[in-house]
Amino acid sequence: MTGTVIIDSGGANLASLQFAFERLGATARVSADAHEIAAAERVVLPGVGSASEAMRRLRAAGLARLLPTLTQPVLGICLGMQLLFEHSAEGETECLAILPGVVRRLEPSVARPVPHMGWNRLTTLQSDPLLAGLDPQSYFYFVHSYAAPLGAFTLAPVEYGERLSAVVRRGNFCGVQFHPERSAASGARVLANFLSL
Amino acid sequence: MRFRDHRVVGDIMTLAQRYRDEGADELVFYDITASPQGRSVDRSWVRRVAQVLDIPFCVAGGIRSVADAEAVLNAGAEKVSVNSPALADPGLIDALSRRFGAQCVVVGIDSELTAEGYRAYQFTGDPTRTRESGRDVLQWVREVQERGAGEIVLNCMGSDGVRSGYDIEQLRAVRAVCRVPLVASGGAGAIEHFTAAFREAGVDAALAASVFHNGIIAIAELKRALRTAGIEVRP
Repeated sequence: MTGTVIIDSGGANLASLQFAFERLGATARVSADAHEIAAAERVVLPGVGSASEAMRRLRAAGLARLLPTLTQPVLGICLGMQLLFEHSAEGETECLAILPGVVRRLEPSVARPVPHMGWNRLTTLQSDPLLAGLDPQSYFYFVHSYAAPLGAFTLAPVEYGERLSAVVRRGNFCGVQFHPERSAASGARVLANFLSL
Repeated sequence: MRFRDHRVVGDIMTLAQRYRDEGADELVFYDITASPQGRSVDRSWVRRVAQVLDIPFCVAGGIRSVADAEAVLNAGAEKVSVNSPALADPGLIDALSRRFGAQCVVVGIDSELTAEGYRAYQFTGDPTRTRESGRDVLQWVREVQERGAGEIVLNCMGSDGVRSGYDIEQLRAVRAVCRVPLVASGGAGAIEHFTAAFREAGVDAALAASVFHNGIIAIAELKRALRTAGIEVRP
């Protein structure tokens, strides 16, 4: 078992995530290699870009079959969290189906601009080691146009015109819709909690 | 004109860390002379900034291609902002949005009221080259959204640099046709100007430079005042 691996799913901007782990005194390698990912102590599934492109890349690298079988802690971030669900309306994409549910597009209006971009609080937080040390006054930075509904695996919702899943967890699989690497001290706390799982 | 006699406000890293510690929610780094001079931003600093910043930041200036944007995003920036190059080649917005997603693509618009209505200006970083682009701002706002912009920063040139308040009327006009996040820019001189932009123009964020650089407004004090006014912001 060797450290934390960030899956290279093709999006740009993996550096900011690596830097966030470095600020915590940890290191994280970027890889798309199935063996390296399977052997990692912890796995991060980031994702900037589209669901269809990310899934295409995961399938091409043999990771779409591997990921649901992992037993070490896995953290999906933003699009990476959405990929944990069954299906995404973004490009009508079949996803990893680790969590039940369908990711939908946020409908824009003048009162609710999309992408949802900005700092929000989580409305309630279930007690979970991933959320240790955080409270409802903690703010997180969100950037997304698609969103996962609330479900049995929602640890914390966020309110943006409606209630959406902001943090999910099923066993070793965790997901956050916000960007912990850009969410100041509260985001760093989530990453530190993940490293302690 | 607003961009004459720029002051050197200090080392970029020192400023980045200062604003991070003071509670800024996002930083935008403008290299406003990049487009008029036909060069790109010097990107060596982007990586160093990304190492110390734990809040989102955007890089603006001289981004003319997918490759330019990719270098900046790979170095750790959250977003790129395009202005003059998008006016010259609107397809750049489509290309950036397809490649990186709308959430990475900010379109900056320098706007001024003329006899023909609100018009978009190009190359505003250099007063000798600044020119009216031939585009109506409200039409341009609609077009950039269709092309995949994820955020619009509206810089109202008439109010910029004079610290007499954001151009509320213009921001309202743009808000009415804008379904992506809208950022107010140009004119902040006092705390009540921020309050007005959020309350009266319904913007999603307000951008300011000189009042923060010069210490005229402290970010913590501004945020306290906004919260007191019932506008939700991160403490």
